[in-house]
Amino acid sequence: MRFLLDAEQLAFADSLHAMLTAADTPAVVRDWSRGEHASGRALWARIAAAGVFALAVPEEHGGVGPRPVELAVAFLELGRHAAPGPLAETVAAAVLLGETPRAKEFLPGLAAGTDIATVAAPTGFALDGDAASLCLSPTPQGLFRSATAPGVVRRSLDPARRLTPLASDGELLVAGPAGGQALAWTRLATAAQALGVGLALLDRTVSYVRRRTQFGVPIGSFQAVKHRLADAKTALEFARPVLFGAAISMRPADVAAAKLTACEAAYTAARTALQLHGAIGYTAEYDLSLWLTKARALRAAWGTPDECRDLVLADGLG
Amino acid sequence: MDLTHSDTDEEFRAEARAWLAEHVPRAPLPSLETAEGFAAHRAWEAELAADRWSAVSWPVEYGGRDAGLLQWLLFEEEYWAAGAPGRVGQNGISLLAPTLFDHGTEEQRARVLPPMASGEVVWAQAWSEPEAGSDLAALTSRAVRTDGGWLLRGQKTWSSRAAFADRAFGLFRSQPGAADPHQGLTYLMFGLRAPGVTVRPIGRLDGKPAFAELFLDDVFVPDQDVIGKPGQGWRVAMSTAGNERGLTLRSPGRFLASAARLAELWRARGCPDHARARVADALIGARAYQLFTHAAASRFLDGARIGPESSMNKVFWSELDLAVHETALDVLGAEGELAGTDWSEGYVFALAGPVYAGTNEIQRDIIAERLLGLPKGRR
Ligand SMILES: Cc1cc2nc3c(=O)[nH]c(=O)nc-3n(C[C@H](O)[C@H](O)[C@H](O)COP(=O)(O)OP(=O)(O)OC[C@H]3O[C@@H](n4cnc5c(N)ncnc54)[C@H](O)[C@@H]3O)c2cc1C
Repeated sequence: MRFLLDAEQLAFADSLHAMLTAADTPAVVRDWSRGEHASGRALWARIAAAGVFALAVPEEHGGVGPRPVELAVAFLELGRHAAPGPLAETVAAAVLLGETPRAKEFLPGLAAGTDIATVAAPTGFALDGDAASLCLSPTPQGLFRSATAPGVVRRSLDPARRLTPLASDGELLVAGPAGGQALAWTRLATAAQALGVGLALLDRTVSYVRRRTQFGVPIGSFQAVKHRLADAKTALEFARPVLFGAAISMRPADVAAAKLTACEAAYTAARTALQLHGAIGYTAEYDLSLWLTKARALRAAWGTPDECRDLVLADGLG
Repeated sequence: MDLTHSDTDEEFRAEARAWLAEHVPRAPLPSLETAEGFAAHRAWEAELAADRWSAVSWPVEYGGRDAGLLQWLLFEEEYWAAGAPGRVGQNGISLLAPTLFDHGTEEQRARVLPPMASGEVVWAQAWSEPEAGSDLAALTSRAVRTDGGWLLRGQKTWSSRAAFADRAFGLFRSQPGAADPHQGLTYLMFGLRAPGVTVRPIGRLDGKPAFAELFLDDVFVPDQDVIGKPGQGWRVAMSTAGNERGLTLRSPGRFLASAARLAELWRARGCPDHARARVADALIGARAYQLFTHAAASRFLDGARIGPESSMNKVFWSELDLAVHETALDVLGAEGELAGTDWSEGYVFALAGPVYAGTNEIQRDIIAERLLGLPKGRR
């Protein structure tokens, strides 16, 4: 037993972090929110080139997968930088299609980042159908058809999440029972992304409270401020091992526990960040908002807290 | 990233499980906080020690099994899953023993550890004083130099189990004038039945004498019972505090077992909806604590030392423990009020978790200042 990331995994995280920092993701997020996808596509290509989608694609189809631990490492960094787009949904599509005879047609493009995919949730919208080249929509039997996005965009609480209804009129692409496995991968990716969002919110807030002074001292020296941050830190640091434990086992209940824990911790961090920034935290123009709104949106995506808890109660933890 | 255990570790776990299955008392022992319960728990410690299960991580020469950190964690999981009794020797085993391994002499280890392992000598922690709780360095009890040793004077309080225990360890001011209150403290061991010691039991919420006040009136302590160098007591004590907040006081096994029992209770009572979310959260919280511990253990095995992260442990386990017990009482409904049940006893105990071993407010200060780098404020 050695339950720690190894040197290669840490280096992978560092290189993604450096690439995403250089890419000025806040500007990309703002473009994406307006439906301007060019800078987002350029970022997508770099994320794919770093090998992120390949982690969900087997070697014979141009990938290096399946590697859920590395996928969690990568999505944590994507969340930390608020990278926009149907990232987890593209992973879902790769897992769904990987089980089908058409895998060799679709997977290389997903791994290489030349194709962006999205998948509609059973009861809701698809994320960024307007930017995706491949849309999948579930049938009531849990199979998946190709679909088209008629171009309607509903606004999300997170302006960077462009919710699109799909017209599920296409060909039946996934006729087997891959849905459960795909859901576990999407959920894991979403959990990792949420944890990254939470860590970014905490980091930004810690540096803000060290700089901002009131009553002649940094507000970070007040105990009421410190204790909220200590609680946010503790929640995030306990979500991290739950995430990686789930990535190792990939049992649905473990993944649900990871989704719940990471999203709750990220939401705690978001509430703390908003409060401790005061009024400026409540503005759209300040970059903090990019993470604040995402923390709330991810909480409901691919498994609400109650759905996750039900899975834990039904199956028990690994 | 790997969560599987080696064959040797799994064999160790299996051996522990088999032993516990055969020896754990069928009926729960009477409460540890009564004279009768204390005696029964001492006897249980002796039974554990006879087969070297009372302090598995110690070297064989002191009665242990030389078990590594991972084996110790597995033992704890088995111990609590088997429903085995609470550990009356815990203060000594989890607080004093690590201190002696780090700062004690060979002679002290050989003299103190074996009777500690067998429950023959049960130890109490004498740190707090009436005017020195969270601000431990404000303590005023004194150790005055005398021929061949020290004379202790002053008052200690809230000493867990001191009503029935044999000996105690604590900090005393040996250099009253020191400019910094952390300087000039000496760490000593003394007998609770030595001349000059008066023990006054204090009832906790339910009236049981779970802790006591100690009045010390020129109690003689020989030099051989000083731990570390005289005057360096703060440093010695802080190594104990890390153990107290961190792993050794509260292993994940305990919380995995109590969360599993909560889920059983909830199912047996027809899965009431009002508790559904809290039962799930308890299971997840216990698993989170276990996995967090695995990560910490991996870092220790790589050579890291216990640091300020142990403050996150303390806040997490104390809140988890309380949440599990509060939920259980809510699931029990009107029956939850009954005293003397496993759940209500556990609840009374859990209520103190956020207070002892350094209050959770103090731990949050440590997390904020030492892990997040926030400026020190006024204390
Ligand atoms: C069941 C139980 C068992 C115990 N066992 C032992 C034992 O075996 N040996 C032993 O030595 N002691 C023991 N204690 C004592 C325990 O360590 C102290 O109670 C603890 O350190 C707090 O001290 P206090 O009770 O004096 O509270 P105080 O220090 O007076 O604190 C009261 C409140 O003020 C808050 N507070 C104090 N200072 C600050 C600050 N700077 N910032 C924010 N809030 C602050 C505290 O967090 C707390 O909420 C035990 C206590 C309990 C309840």
